[in-house]
Amino acid sequence: MSTTNTAPPLLRLADVSKSFGAVIALRSGSLDLAAGSIHALVGENGAGKSTLVKIVAGLYRRDGGILELDGRSVDFGSTAESKAAGIAVIYQEPTLFPDLSVAENIFMGRQPLGRLRRIDRGRMRAEATALFERLGVRLDPDRLARGLSIADQQIIEIAKAISLDARVLIMDEPTAALSGVEVERLFAVARSLRDEGRGIIFISHRFEEVFDLCDTVTVMRDGAYVSTARISETSVDEIVRQMVGRDIDELFPKTPAPIGEAILEVERLTRVGAFSDVSFTVRAGEIVGLAGLVGAGRSEVARAIFGVDQYDSGTVKVGGRRLRGGDPAAAMLAGLAFVPEDRRKQGLVIGWGVARNIALAIQRQLSSFGFITGRKENAAARIWASRLEVKAAALDTEVGTLSGGNQQKVVLAKWLATEPRVLIVDEPTRGIDVGTKSEVHRLLSDLAGRGMAILMISSELPEVLGMADRVLVMREGRLTADIPRAEATPETVMHAATHGAAS
Amino acid sequence: MNTFKRLITARETGILIAFAIVLVATTVRNPNFTFSGDGFRDLLVTPAMLIIIAVGQAVVLITRNVDLSVGSILGLSAYLTGQLFIGTDLPIPVVALLVIIFGGLLGLVNGALIALAKVPALVITLGTMYAYRGINVMWTGSDRVNASDFPKAFLEIGTGKLWFVPWLTIVAIVVLIAVAWVMRNTRSGREFYAIGSDPAAAHLYGLPATKRIISAFILSGALAGLAGLVYASRYGTVDSQAGYGLELDAVGAAVIGGVAIAGGVGTVWGAAVGALLLTTINRALPVLGIPDFWQRAVVGVLIIGAIVLDRVLAVRQARRLAKGADR
Repeated sequence: MSTTNTAPPLLRLADVSKSFGAVIALRSGSLDLAAGSIHALVGENGAGKSTLVKIVAGLYRRDGGILELDGRSVDFGSTAESKAAGIAVIYQEPTLFPDLSVAENIFMGRQPLGRLRRIDRGRMRAEATALFERLGVRLDPDRLARGLSIADQQIIEIAKAISLDARVLIMDEPTAALSGVEVERLFAVARSLRDEGRGIIFISHRFEEVFDLCDTVTVMRDGAYVSTARISETSVDEIVRQMVGRDIDELFPKTPAPIGEAILEVERLTRVGAFSDVSFTVRAGEIVGLAGLVGAGRSEVARAIFGVDQYDSGTVKVGGRRLRGGDPAAAMLAGLAFVPEDRRKQGLVIGWGVARNIALAIQRQLSSFGFITGRKENAAARIWASRLEVKAAALDTEVGTLSGGNQQKVVLAKWLATEPRVLIVDEPTRGIDVGTKSEVHRLLSDLAGRGMAILMISSELPEVLGMADRVLVMREGRLTADIPRAEATPETVMHAATHGAAS
Repeated sequence: MNTFKRLITARETGILIAFAIVLVATTVRNPNFTFSGDGFRDLLVTPAMLIIIAVGQAVVLITRNVDLSVGSILGLSAYLTGQLFIGTDLPIPVVALLVIIFGGLLGLVNGALIALAKVPALVITLGTMYAYRGINVMWTGSDRVNASDFPKAFLEIGTGKLWFVPWLTIVAIVVLIAVAWVMRNTRSGREFYAIGSDPAAAHLYGLPATKRIISAFILSGALAGLAGLVYASRYGTVDSQAGYGLELDAVGAAVIGGVAIAGGVGTVWGAAVGALLLTTINRALPVLGIPDFWQRAVVGVLIIGAIVLDRVLAVRQARRLAKGADR
């Protein structure tokens, strides 16, 4: 266990900030990592953990604040610089070169050299084997990295970090894709690295792991530091409270609507590697919130329902009729509409005008003999643009120039023009200002009131709790909870999102 | 056993077998194709030029880029060679060095534009392909360099041989071995593969991607310059159309030899064997009595066949690896 001493911490961040244009990703990040310590960093999605890691890794340059290594101020301009300073980062998604061998992946750029600066493959292989032995795994150093399981890829990343002799090791959700045995193996390695005097930052949403492995925990919320505590002196409940930390205000007034029959029925939907055994129904007039952490598989489920992605087994029924998988056109005909997460890339044609974007999904109805006129487009679009109060100079204003909120309204208008029975919205208010946000919420509430079935994916707890009649929670590709509105609180939802099956 | 298996299943081996089949079939039809003095010499010397530029092309492709300007660089370099011999008294090695440096500089222009302007290589080198050829046409006009303009010793390199191997073939083999050695055995060589295999990972890893990509284009340009020397010394006449269209033969040779357009995969050996097969088929088809206009089609079939083969193998490998991971 680490003890508090007067020596400067191995790594120190104080009041570090970073913004991208108008978006503030990190307001005030602080963290003191002691040598010989495993330090947990926890927080909700968007709390700024990843940004903080990327600053330490040299991917981003901080705008302000203090970043010190061994008490000396550092400023990394590239990942190479941070690596040279002894910092190794293991990202959530391992980043290997698929066409190169396992051994080369570990030693790229630092391969042992023989005569004539020739890479000494024999020694490289031997060193890789020694590393794997130390980690207690059997991996063929000559195998290509392509097709390795996430667990094995992570082991390679760790082997890389050890061979670098890194003093600071950052693991960003390393256990998300690992099985129980693999997690144990990883923890054993982490402990032995700690005992060698290295400092480890461990990012995880699994509290049992945090309490099992770490000695200190720092909580972040909304891009800022909240608190640091010794693990022995805190509890899960306290950490959750600090992570959520805010009260649910009355920003999102959901007007109660009569709830009708089931319209969207999803049964045992499975896509290998993304989600499995997901079953739920959405009824007419109902808003169902789908909560969970980033990477829990929520968007993947939505994409599979709408047919953007294929699924391996299970069924999707709309209005009692089975929907063919992998066919968005059939989904649209059946009355499904899907407002995707990334509206700029997936929801809009950025170079086109407002009217053409709105009319995009109903082109077939508008066209005669395969031709479509601007007049018809404008006529159809005008109705929806005014109903949603899209603020644009004209109907042919390029949507790329609109604000995020108005872009989202255009996407919504496009789908509402198809007069859907089921509306799936993925992060409907991400990156939208507060005023427009409540407009979108009012609109969704209004649509539900008229009998539409709405499935709303959101990472913002207040939004989910304020809007949803029922909250489904996903964790690591599985549905872990189905919480009625009355019982949904930040604690129950976060608990289900981080803890596995809730009772 | 493992080495043997790898040798048998290697793409290069497959192409060599295809080459052998073409060779035998053509030789049965016309023994002179292989067994006459001229036939044998042509068999060895004709692929030399394409091998040299295919090797450079392979390095560029491995970094997930493409160099379409090599045909034009070759043309300019060949003409420059003639002009240097006409205008100066420089000894042959100095001329050769200058021409290679010249080719490298044209490659540097490509690399710098791609790396700094962040425009895809396909677009940039398509542009420089026309630009370099345009400069060539402007400079040459309807003029051309003739055999009489070259020193005799220079032309003798094009026709001479060491024991039974033509000099130009030796040049190509030396280039091939040197580049293959670098690509396999040095840190920078492996970084070419890494950068092409996953550029995003290379960025996270902190590899000097810009530097490597620029150096790949310099190499490709320099080798096209060298190929220009080979062209001048073998044919003795250079007009403004020298090397026209050769860039696509180079890409084709590399792809047939198993170098993936998507980067990270393949060897310069493969590209060289692909070049050998391509040139030999082009020479064999007339002997086999196949009409002129079919010859291009055969090249097309080969390239498409190679890509389909790659795809099938990749799918099979992915399935096998996925199965292995399930257990």
